[in-house]
Amino acid sequence: MLTLDNVHTYYGKSHILHGVSIEVKSGEVVGLLGRNGVGKSTTLKTVMGLVRPSEGHVMFEGRSIAGMAPHHLAHLGIAWVPEDRRIFRLLSVMENLRTGLDRSGVDETKRKAMLDKVYASFPVLADRQSQAGGTLSGGEQQMLAIARAMMLEPKIILLDEPTEGLMPRMVGQILEIIRVLNREGVAILLVEQNVPLTLEASSRVYIMEKGVVKHHAPAADLRADHTVIHQYLGI
Amino acid sequence: MAIPLEQILIQTINGIVNGMILALVASGLTLIFGIMDVVNFAHGDLVMLGGFVGAATIATTGNFWLALLAAAVVIAVFGAALQATTLRPLIGRDPLTTILATFGISLVLQKYAIWQWGPSARRIQEPITGNFNLFYLQYPWYRLLTALLAAAIIGALYLFLRYGKYGIWIRATTQDRVMAQAMGIPVPLVHTAVFAIGAGMAAASGVLFGPLGGVTQNIGLDFTLRAFIVVVVGGMGNLGGSILASIFISLLEAYAALIVSPAQAVIVSFVALILTLLFRPTGLFVPTPK
Repeated sequence: MLTLDNVHTYYGKSHILHGVSIEVKSGEVVGLLGRNGVGKSTTLKTVMGLVRPSEGHVMFEGRSIAGMAPHHLAHLGIAWVPEDRRIFRLLSVMENLRTGLDRSGVDETKRKAMLDKVYASFPVLADRQSQAGGTLSGGEQQMLAIARAMMLEPKIILLDEPTEGLMPRMVGQILEIIRVLNREGVAILLVEQNVPLTLEASSRVYIMEKGVVKHHAPAADLRADHTVIHQYLGI
Repeated sequence: MAIPLEQILIQTINGIVNGMILALVASGLTLIFGIMDVVNFAHGDLVMLGGFVGAATIATTGNFWLALLAAAVVIAVFGAALQATTLRPLIGRDPLTTILATFGISLVLQKYAIWQWGPSARRIQEPITGNFNLFYLQYPWYRLLTALLAAAIIGALYLFLRYGKYGIWIRATTQDRVMAQAMGIPVPLVHTAVFAIGAGMAAASGVLFGPLGGVTQNIGLDFTLRAFIVVVVGGMGNLGGSILASIFISLLEAYAALIVSPAQAVIVSFVALILTLLFRPTGLFVPTPK
């Protein structure tokens, strides 16, 4: 469904991605591991159209999407949950959700069904509907960021370090929502530092180093044999 | 020197009336700055164009309300075209680029106005002509009406931003342009629409101001300067702050005019601007960020 083929990306003059090739199949959870600064977030931003690749191909459902505007990509079914969450801080929880919900094709019944679904996964958001997004705790903001992405009914979610800075209890909740989304057929490209969570949630894992994919294996293999993880991530 | 109480009251009313017209201009300017980081130095010239379009409509139809509507719509469409052709390609560049571009637009619009309508002032006939007694003065009802109309337009803008679907798009884009795009909001279109709204509001101010001061091709600069002062004093991009600052600055000038000549009274606005920049650069009406 999503294919990156030999993608090169620059920020100004610094060369960040040196030919990244990744594939995510429909309905699949794929992990992307690597140390800080190896280009994981940039890979997601490149898919989302926020960074333009200088070379290589980005394909989504058979069409080239490199250079397309992010709002078109959102309409095609790609949602992005950024690392820093980027909640609209002055908008209420409900208004944050409405940024994805107020679009053509969503009638009142569907709207209610979608809201009920996220409130079932994240009950705390239902209690805080009219509270400003900026006043939520870090964990609540993470839930809102994921819930907001779900409002787009995406085919794939680009999930950037969702457990960063969260309490262990909330990490379990994130794993649960990844599973719920996956059961509904949503593909997820999961960037993480949390290795156990990634191995547990994903079917396949890519390991990046210095802007390239160094290793690619089924998550089950990496769970069974820790030497690869140790080699690239030092843990 | 004692100033009679009734003069102070009269100047208070004058200050509020002038402040509301200014608020109508400044809220467009601050909305545009907030969402695309563009300081529109041609904003006052949109007021001027609105005044001329209004005057032309009245000349043919004789209907003030039609003129108000026509000016707002025509200049909003014109503003959308202006944004799409000259500002959209520059968004995200060095602020100096857009300042120079809008300054250039301002000069072009002024020259166009003098070519099209000539140098003499057009006066717009007010829709109501009565006066009421305010102490020893015959105070025109129309002045109060402009304040009310301006307040109504600003109130409508507030409701639109607060509750409307597109209002949420505008606020989301103002807060985080990148995330708004990622949520499927067509940000370039939102920018154009906001510029159009700001332009339409400026044009409406031009028509409302027409009966009070007359319309000439050079009234724009004064509006731009005053609106710019207000936007800085109120906090760049802060709509509520701009409205409060419009009234604050206009009251300040009105009271100053009791002591010095009105032309000199303008100086207090600049003093307020400089003091704000020195001591509260985020604006008088926002908490200083920690």
